[in-house]
Amino acid sequence: MKSIAVLAALGAALATAGCGGGDETLTVYSGREEELVAPLFERFTEETGIEVEVRYGDSAELAATIAEEGDNSPADVFFAQDPGSLGAVESQLDVLPDEVLERVDPRFRDADGRWVGTSGRSRVIVYNTDAVAESEVPDSVFDLLDPRWEGRIGVAPTNASFQAFVTAMRLAEGDEATRQWLLDLKELGPRIYEKNTPIVEAAAAGEIDLGLVNHYYLYLVREEQPDAPIENHFPDAGDPGALVSVAGAGVLASADGSEDATRFVEFLLSDEGQRFYVDEAEEAEYPLAAGIDAKPGLPPLRELEGPDVDLTSFGAEHEATIELLRETGYLT
Amino acid sequence: MSTRAGRGAERDAPLPLVLVAGAVVALLLLPLAYLVVRVASGGRLLEILGEATTWRLVLNTVLLAGGVVTSSVLVSVPLAWLVTRTDLPGRRLWAAAAALPLVIPSYVAAFCLLGFFGERGLLRDVLGVERMPEVKGYWGSLVALTLATYPYVYLLAQSAFRTLDPSAEEAARGLGASPTRTFLRVTAPALRPAVGLGALLVALYTLSDFGVVSLMNYDTLTRAIYVQYRSLFDRAPAATLALLLVALTGVALVVEYRIRQRGRLYRSGPGTKRPGRPVRLGRWTAPALAFCSAVVGLFLVLPAGVLAYWLGRGIANERGLSVPWSEALGSLTASALAAVAAVVAALPVAVLALRYPSRASRTLERLSYAGNALPGLVIALSLVFFAARYASPLYQTLALLVFAYVVRFFPQALAGIEPALEAVSPRHEEAARSLGVGPVRTFALVTLPLVRSGALAGGALVFLSAMKELPATLLLRPIGFETLATEIWKLTQVGAYSQAAVPALLLIVVSAPVLYLVSSDRRFESGASG
Repeated sequence: MKSIAVLAALGAALATAGCGGGDETLTVYSGREEELVAPLFERFTEETGIEVEVRYGDSAELAATIAEEGDNSPADVFFAQDPGSLGAVESQLDVLPDEVLERVDPRFRDADGRWVGTSGRSRVIVYNTDAVAESEVPDSVFDLLDPRWEGRIGVAPTNASFQAFVTAMRLAEGDEATRQWLLDLKELGPRIYEKNTPIVEAAAAGEIDLGLVNHYYLYLVREEQPDAPIENHFPDAGDPGALVSVAGAGVLASADGSEDATRFVEFLLSDEGQRFYVDEAEEAEYPLAAGIDAKPGLPPLRELEGPDVDLTSFGAEHEATIELLRETGYLT
Repeated sequence: MSTRAGRGAERDAPLPLVLVAGAVVALLLLPLAYLVVRVASGGRLLEILGEATTWRLVLNTVLLAGGVVTSSVLVSVPLAWLVTRTDLPGRRLWAAAAALPLVIPSYVAAFCLLGFFGERGLLRDVLGVERMPEVKGYWGSLVALTLATYPYVYLLAQSAFRTLDPSAEEAARGLGASPTRTFLRVTAPALRPAVGLGALLVALYTLSDFGVVSLMNYDTLTRAIYVQYRSLFDRAPAATLALLLVALTGVALVVEYRIRQRGRLYRSGPGTKRPGRPVRLGRWTAPALAFCSAVVGLFLVLPAGVLAYWLGRGIANERGLSVPWSEALGSLTASALAAVAAVVAALPVAVLALRYPSRASRTLERLSYAGNALPGLVIALSLVFFAARYASPLYQTLALLVFAYVVRFFPQALAGIEPALEAVSPRHEEAARSLGVGPVRTFALVTLPLVRSGALAGGALVFLSAMKELPATLLLRPIGFETLATEIWKLTQVGAYSQAAVPALLLIVVSAPVLYLVSSDRRFESGASG
């Protein structure tokens, strides 16, 4: 019984420690991985003295959480992996000040100014360098549909990044062409994975030759397997397979410390916050603010031309994309 | 109130007991209330029920649950018999090792199985072959979920074998029945309630699991619910699918209840229990050892070995490895609180259902299972919904997280308590009552000591499940509160398996002693104290 009392006391102490937020602290819901972005939060606190409490989780699950919380959400800032998650809670986000929004190119922010991209990522084709020469890797996702790649392509249809790519293809090439592409790809028996990282690992192991992923997972897998025989191939400009999407942030309209919250988003887009992606991060995302170049070895952002689509519309287009993926048998 | 001991009122449940048990079950049903709210706000219920894919998902789910239940029973019952009733060499060691997979989270099990048997797994490197057959899909899910859940059946069957009064079997043999016939006619029926209950826990776990089916790429209702939540942001269709899971739970409950009713046996009291004479295996010793080795090898040594390999790779690659002590403390604290809370909540429900049997009390007990096949994400979001709106001081506190664990794992506490309570004849309590002792004192002085072993076993099961819990923990924990499960998640999210191996191994190491307490010989069984 004594031990129960001790545990109960410990629990009570932890509970009060856990819910002591509200006054001086800023609460951020982060769909971005702790392993990648935790130093950013520390820098912000060092610079401003504002303490940050971060709830890490899956972007879409956090979006659902914010929606269920409604006006009582403890979150001040939503820092998400994709425009879709931000779009899903758009009605709960405040409009950001122009000087914050104007740090990035209009193609990387919400048309209504409710969220702003903070880092960019390009869709690429990751390939196994032992199995395929760079010159053989298709320059367009439409050239993937070759019998040579039967059973040798990896995709992650339940993952938001693949779904965003399909949305981009729908918007750029039309629903019919996209449906046909999905059906033709299906004929090739692609391998299905849960998300990007396992695809890159599968390419490293020779389980597949090519994988449709975001560019920066390559660097994470290299951390774990330094000698992995993998490289990224950037498809041609304008190809849906070259979509450039963003991780981004928005301020909750219900935030009690909305000034601090705005300062945080400002910080993410400041030179220091942007240089983080160049100097420190294990992965290699693109900084979006003008004048800051990406890590050496990456093609410059201005040379990356995805299809001509508006990321803002991705939230609204999402349902139709899911429907198409169901009809073509990628999702149930 | 508690001193009233009217003879005629004995079959009527005391009002305070009814109120407490009713309140417990009402709280457990919050997730269902949430689902009804969501479906009512535009659930497209009929449209979804009319789709062929919905029924394909139901079929997939039923096939998987049925397969996992079958394989769990086939693994567990022989194993439990071997370690309790035979002269198997090293049986105490086998008994403990066979229960250990319970401490391996199912998603870790899936990672490990893929890491070994997968196309880019260790086995391929060992064999030096170009390609391995695909292990994903139905069969991969079946193996990983069997690994994670068979110990429920095993532990309950083991304890049933131990508490089984050998005199019934001896009488059957004395009357000329063959060993096989004795097993089928005497032993098996007596085991049925325990195995049925274990199978129910296995089925509920399988219905609610997301980690395994997502890694193995097998479509079930739970996976579809996650995909819906993660990609549509319209939460109503997911809620409709979740209600289908509740319906499947109902089917499982009816089946289990039928099985349980057919095998009700009271033992005359703890004093008469004695161990039976162990069966001599003779020339069957070698096959029996081979069977135990296969089970322990596949379900324990293999995943632990894969984790150790990853750890070794991390050391070789000089990755920063650190031992997550504070995360371990977080896991232990939340899980221990959940275990205590679940047992305290389960006692009144169990006593009401078993000591005051009526249609109403049984229904109440069955209702407490209703939300248990729901995925952790659904339970978490339902509590987000209620707590953020109606109980904001509780929101994002440890108390709410503990409550979520109780909601998810309540049946495991019941599973510990009910067989113990069932095995104790109500006559002990009736004797106390007839001597003028009030119902509360009777419960404290007579019933509780007799079910102590069951309460500890139930608490331990809840504890072990809470140690592994991930989806609800992620959304409901106080900010900054980390557990070993969230640490594993954080690291596997970025593919850092060698670093994730540390918390995974630590989770196994700190959970194992608790498991040892449940599964070790009679230390916690009522007979030892009586």
